[in-house]
Amino acid sequence: MDYLINGFSNAFYLLTHMDAATLSAIYATIASTCYAMAAALLLGVPLGFLLGHCSFPGKRAFRLVSDTLLAFPTVLIGLLVYAFITARGPLGEYGLLFTLPGMAIGQAVLALPIVISWTAQALEDLDPRCRETLLTLGANGRQLALYALWECRYAVGMVCVTAFGRVITEVGVAMMLGGNIRYSTRTMTTAIALETSKGDFAQGIALGLVLLLMAFMVNLALAFFKRRGRA
Amino acid sequence: MFRFSRFLLLACAAGYMVCAAPVLAADTLMMATTTSTQDSGLLEYLEPAFKQETGIELKWVAVGTGKALEIAKNCDADVLLVHAPSAELEFVKAGHGVDRRQVMYNDFVIVGPAADPAGVKGQTTAGALKRILDTGAGFVSRGDQSGTHKAEQKLWQQSNITPDKNPKYFSAGQGMISTLNMAAEKQAYALTDRGTWITFADKMGDKNPLAIVVEGDKALFNQYSVITVNPAQCPKVNPALAKKFEDWWVAPATQQKIAGYALKGKQLFFPNADK
Repeated sequence: MDYLINGFSNAFYLLTHMDAATLSAIYATIASTCYAMAAALLLGVPLGFLLGHCSFPGKRAFRLVSDTLLAFPTVLIGLLVYAFITARGPLGEYGLLFTLPGMAIGQAVLALPIVISWTAQALEDLDPRCRETLLTLGANGRQLALYALWECRYAVGMVCVTAFGRVITEVGVAMMLGGNIRYSTRTMTTAIALETSKGDFAQGIALGLVLLLMAFMVNLALAFFKRRGRA
Repeated sequence: MFRFSRFLLLACAAGYMVCAAPVLAADTLMMATTTSTQDSGLLEYLEPAFKQETGIELKWVAVGTGKALEIAKNCDADVLLVHAPSAELEFVKAGHGVDRRQVMYNDFVIVGPAADPAGVKGQTTAGALKRILDTGAGFVSRGDQSGTHKAEQKLWQQSNITPDKNPKYFSAGQGMISTLNMAAEKQAYALTDRGTWITFADKMGDKNPLAIVVEGDKALFNQYSVITVNPAQCPKVNPALAKKFEDWWVAPATQQKIAGYALKGKQLFFPNADK
């Protein structure tokens, strides 16, 4: 029990005395999460839109695959991406392993099915009567698509938050592809794993609390903009 | 109405700015090493001196020895600092590594419940292991192909025991501290390197349910070596930098520094580089 209390006091200390190691872990966390989210959103939202808005052959099979990949174990993602970016892999010449971009590739793979499936779901959940009404009013396909896109913007915002939460708290990919290198690819989560393996549970809890605080601030910002957008 | 989308755009832009990461320094060596050198704090203690004396930036990934050798085989590291002599010799023999040099050692100890229910205190390693299983006291193994796990497997082999099927032999598949925690919870025995044991004992303080039961046996000797990943197999490896790295480890000044590293006032590693 002691380490719970120590964890809270350590967290307070960490936040008030930002040392280089913590700052670099925060930076690595934010940078790799940004890379991964940017890639996952750029690829995933259009794909999810196609999947939810249009109909095409193989749509159900595609959706099934995407839904299944929601349960993709992070360590398996790590191993698969490792096979591609290791020096002996097909992408080895780019030297991505044990770097932030390499780590972000794995995290983007993790986030992609979430973005695709949930964006598609958001579009399917739109009120079908609106679509019919718009059609009777003479809307063309392009106008219909724009309407659907605009209507589901908050749902897509929620998709971002969910994917962001999964990526920023993920440890398997970060450990395998980032390598937990000090001042370089050590993220908050791999730092927590390290402190735990060193037996410093209080420090692990402190870092975990700082991570939670970061997630809280991101969500606070989103909530703020959502409210302003609605007003 | 467009504020939300404007925000998204802004967020993306901010994201890209953050992502413009600094570029790597020119002279960098990537080392694959074992968790014990990192978790004991030795690497953080030596790294500034290494950088100052050689001008090389040392980066490391700390994993089990099995994984470290695998990473090296795939050319994802330039140099190794590991402690599994037989696996290392095989690695070098298979042409994956060159220039293996011994740098230091520490030792393993067998720890168990302070009351020693199996009565193994003062026994030889082989005798103690046999008694632990015979009395059904329980033994927690790393079970992760780390250097410590490999050393443990060798000890069982030398005692002619195959413990895997024994229901009181727990294969944890985790790091050393987690394994010790498990042994403490289960009132079982475990093999640990002395460095992790000192850290563990210090953290537990008076409440530590475990104590050292066997130590000082020659069989418990734990040798660390540095190896260069074979540049003939991995063109990315810079032989000149790697040689500087190896020379630095066996240099008398470095060896003295290793001897001077203490955790909670206890020396952890004993330098023994070949002259």
